[in-house]
Amino acid sequence: MQFMLLFSRQGKLRLQKWYVPLSDKEKKKITRELVQTVLARKPKMCSFLEWRDLKIVYKRYASLYFCCAIEDQDNELITLEIIHRYVELLDKYFGSVCELDIIFNFEKAYFILDEFLLGGEVQETSKKNVLKAIEQADLLQEDSKPRSTRLHSCVKS
Amino acid sequence: MVVPSLKLQDLIEEIRGAKTQAQEREVIQKECAHIRASFRDGDPVHRHRQLAKLLYVHMLGYPAHFGQMECLKLIASSRFTDKRVGYLGAMLLLDERHDAHLLITNSIKNDLSQGIQPVQGLALCTLSTMGSAEMCRDLAPEVEKLLLQPSPYVRKKAILTAVHMIRKVPELSSVFLPPCAQLLHEHTRNRLSCILLGTITLITELCERSPAALRHFRKVVPQLVHILRTLVTMGYSTEHSISGVSDPFLQVGGHSSKTMTNTSPLSSPQVATNTDTSRNAGNAVLFETVLTIMDIRSAAGLRVLAVNILGRFLLNSDRNIRYVALTSLLRLVQSDHSAVQRHRPTVVECLRETDASLSRRALELSLALVNSSNVRAMMQELQAFLESCPPDLRADCASGILLAAERFAPTKRWHIDTILHVLTTAGTHVRDDAVANLTQLIGGAQELHAYSVRRLYNALAEDISQQPLVQVAAWCIGEYGDLLLAGNCEEIEPLQVDEEEVLALLEKVLQSHMSLPATRGYALTALMKLSTRLCGDNNRIRQVVSIYGSCLDVELQQRAVEYDTLFRKYDHMRAAILEKMPLVERDGPQADEEAKESKEAAQLSEAAPVPTEPQASQLLDLLDLLDGASGDVQHPPPLDPSPGGALIHLLDLPCVPPPPAPIPDLKVFEREGVQLNLSFIRPPENPALLLITVTATNFSEGDVTHFICQAAVPKSLQLQLQAPSGNTVPARGGLPITQLFRILNPNKAPLRLKLRLTYDHFHQSVQEIFEVNNLPVESWQ
Repeated sequence: MQFMLLFSRQGKLRLQKWYVPLSDKEKKKITRELVQTVLARKPKMCSFLEWRDLKIVYKRYASLYFCCAIEDQDNELITLEIIHRYVELLDKYFGSVCELDIIFNFEKAYFILDEFLLGGEVQETSKKNVLKAIEQADLLQEDSKPRSTRLHSCVKS
Repeated sequence: MVVPSLKLQDLIEEIRGAKTQAQEREVIQKECAHIRASFRDGDPVHRHRQLAKLLYVHMLGYPAHFGQMECLKLIASSRFTDKRVGYLGAMLLLDERHDAHLLITNSIKNDLSQGIQPVQGLALCTLSTMGSAEMCRDLAPEVEKLLLQPSPYVRKKAILTAVHMIRKVPELSSVFLPPCAQLLHEHTRNRLSCILLGTITLITELCERSPAALRHFRKVVPQLVHILRTLVTMGYSTEHSISGVSDPFLQVGGHSSKTMTNTSPLSSPQVATNTDTSRNAGNAVLFETVLTIMDIRSAAGLRVLAVNILGRFLLNSDRNIRYVALTSLLRLVQSDHSAVQRHRPTVVECLRETDASLSRRALELSLALVNSSNVRAMMQELQAFLESCPPDLRADCASGILLAAERFAPTKRWHIDTILHVLTTAGTHVRDDAVANLTQLIGGAQELHAYSVRRLYNALAEDISQQPLVQVAAWCIGEYGDLLLAGNCEEIEPLQVDEEEVLALLEKVLQSHMSLPATRGYALTALMKLSTRLCGDNNRIRQVVSIYGSCLDVELQQRAVEYDTLFRKYDHMRAAILEKMPLVERDGPQADEEAKESKEAAQLSEAAPVPTEPQASQLLDLLDLLDGASGDVQHPPPLDPSPGGALIHLLDLPCVPPPPAPIPDLKVFEREGVQLNLSFIRPPENPALLLITVTATNFSEGDVTHFICQAAVPKSLQLQLQAPSGNTVPARGGLPITQLFRILNPNKAPLRLKLRLTYDHFHQSVQEIFEVNNLPVESWQ
C-alpha cells in the first residue's frame, strides 16, 4: 500500500498515513485532488478507480471515506477487506465508533493502524492480538504518567 | 501565574467551535504561539501534549515544522507516553527529505537494542514507515537480531521492517535471506500466522529482487502449498477468519508468493471449489488465485479455470467484483481468446452499466472480443452504446468501432453503412483519417457508388454540422453527382433529386458558419466537379466560384481563383481535368495525383505566369540566385486535393522497391526544434529519376502552422513538387509533414537544391532560404 487517507464528506482530512516518501507539498496536492475525485463519485459506483498510475480503493462508512492507494500488482478485493478490518478494530476499541471518536482521539486511531499495518503490509491478522497490543500500550502509558494527573484521567476514561 | 496549557481535546473542541475560517486561523495561531513558547522553555512534562496538539493542527493543513526537533527530544525521553507521541510525530513530520531525520537513528538504535517490547515495536514501526536508505543500512544489524527473538510481537514487526529495508536498499537482501528458512520452520512448530504472513511477504520481496533468492526458495514451495491446503480444508480459528474464510490475508499472501516462484499452484482448483464466495473475503481469495494463474506459466486447463472464475464474477451483483473481472479478462483476452469469447454476452451486458469506470472496461473488452464471426452482432451493440455513452468515452468507442469494422467487415456495403452510422452519431469525435479512409473505401467500391452517394446526400440534407460527414458527403457528391441525379438506385428507395437542390445544398455548406475551412474547400471543389457532371448550364456554379475569389480565407481564395481561371481561360481542358478520379490504391503509387499534376503542370508552364500566385513569382526570385536559371520550376497548384489520400501515399513511400545501395538521409535544416530531413530514392527502373521525400518534424513546445516548402533546381534538371501531406506539424513530435519532390536528371548534371521555407512558429512567421549542401553524390550520378 502506498498511502491511506480518511476524510469526511466535506473533504476534511481525519487521518493520513503515508508509506512512501513525498514532500509536504506533494502530499497536500495528492490529498486535495484525490479527495475531490472520490467525493465526486456517485453512491452506486464501484469502489475502485484508476488515478494517475495508482489503483485507488475506497469505501464509505457513515460520514467517513476510507481511501487506500495500492500498486498495480496488489489485489483490490483484499484491500477492501483490509479497510473493513481496520474499521472493525476501531469499532471494537472505541465501542460503536463514530467520526467524532476519530477526531478527538486521532492519535489512538494512528496507534491502532500501526498495530494492524506495518510498512504498508498487514502485520497481524488476528483482531484479538491487535487489540491486546493496544491495551498493553495504553496501560504502559497510564503507568508512566505522574500520579497527580492519573486520577483525573481515570475519571475521563 | 502560569496559565496551564490546553488539553488536546479542549483545543480540538475550540477549533471545531470556530464559526469561520478566519476564526479558526486565529485560534490556531494563538495556540501555536503558546506551543512555540513552551518548546522554547523546554518544559518536559507537557511536551507530549504540546506535540499532540501540533500534530492535530498539522493535519488541518497548518505548518508544523517547528515541532520536528521536539520529536527528537520526546523519542529520547524514557517515558512511554513521550516515546509514543514522539515516534508518531516523527512519522508525520519527518521524512527522508529533511536532514533532521538522521538524528533519530541513534535513538532508534538504542530503543531497538535496549527497549522493552512495546518500545521496540514503536521503533520498528517508525523505521518501516519513514526509514531512509541510510537509516536502513545503519540499523540492519539490529533488525536482524530482532528477527530471531522469542517474542512473536517483536518478530513480526521486525520481519516487515526487513521488507521495507530491502525495498529501500536491495543489497540488504543477503542479510535477511538466511533467517527466512528458520522463520518458516518456526511456524510449522508454533503455527503463528502473523509470523508466517510476514515471512511470506519477506520471501516474496526477496524473490522479486534477486534470482538467487528465487532458486533458494523454490525448495520451500511445497511447504507453502501444504500450509495453504491446510488452511483451506481444515477448520478455521474464529479470530483469524472473516466470515468463514480462514485467514484470507494469509491465503492471499501465500498465492502471491507462489507467483514469485513461478510454480504451478496445484492447490488452486481446491481453493476454487472450497472457498465460500458469498462474501467479499472469499472472492478476494479467489481473485488472488486467478491472478496467480495468470501470472505464471499455467497449463491450459488452469487458465480456463481462471477464465471461468472470472466469468462467474461477471455475473455477481457486486459492482466491485465485476470491475475486477473485466480488468482481468482484458489481460487474458490476448492469450486465451476463445475461452474469453464464451463470456461475450455477459461482457456486452456490462456495456449498459451506468457506472463510468465499469462501462469503460466493458468497452475495451468488447472491442477486444470482436472477431469475424461475431462482428455484426457486436457492432450493433457497440453502435447502440455509442449513441448513449458518456462523452469522454465517445472518441474511444468511435475509433474502436471504425478499427474493428476495418479489420472484420463482411461486406463493403456493411462497412460503408457502419462508418456512416458512426459519423452521423459521433462525427465530431472521430479521428482525422476517418474521412480519408471512407473516401478511399467508397472510391474502391465501384458498384456501391450510387448507393453511397445517395445515402450520403440524404444524411447531408438532414444535418450539415458533423464535419467529417460533411466532408465525405461533399466529396462524394462532387465525384458521383451524375449517379445521384440519374435517379434510380436499387438498394434504397428512389429519390428524385433536382440539380438545383444539389447545388443549393453545397452552397449551404459553403456558407454555414459551422463549416471548417477544410470542409469549405471540399464543398467548393465538389461544386467545381459538378460543373462537368451536370447537364444544366454552369452559371450558378461560376457565380459561386467567382464570389469566393475574394474570400478572406487564402486557401479558398486560391482555389476559387484557379477554378475561375479554368472557366475563363482553359475551358477546353475543364472536362479532362475534372474527370473522375481513378481508383486510389492504398499502398500503390500515387498514380492519379502524378498523372493529374503532370498534365496541368505541362499546360500551365506554357501560359504566362499567373498573377494571382504570389509564390510563383517569389520562386522565380529564388532561381535568380542560382546560376541564372529561370522558368523551369514547376509549381502545380493542387486542384483535387483529397488530402487523406495524399497522406496515405506519402507515408507509404517509398512505393518503389528500394535501390540496392540506399542513399543516406540528410538533415538539412534545424531551427528551434523544427527539423527538415531529406531522404533520397533512385528507382532502379528509371535512372534519371530522383525522388526526394522532405520530412518536417517538430520537437519544440509550439506548433508549426502554415508550413510551405518550395524548391528550386538548376536549369538542366526538372523538378516537380507534389502536394504536401499538410501544413501543420503539432508540437512535441507530432505528425510530421511529408512532401515528395520528383527530380528528372537525364544528363546526370550535378544536383543543386535550394529550399525556401515559410511557417509560423511561436506566434512568429519564419522564412528561411538556403541551399542544401552536402548532397550525396549518389543522388545524381
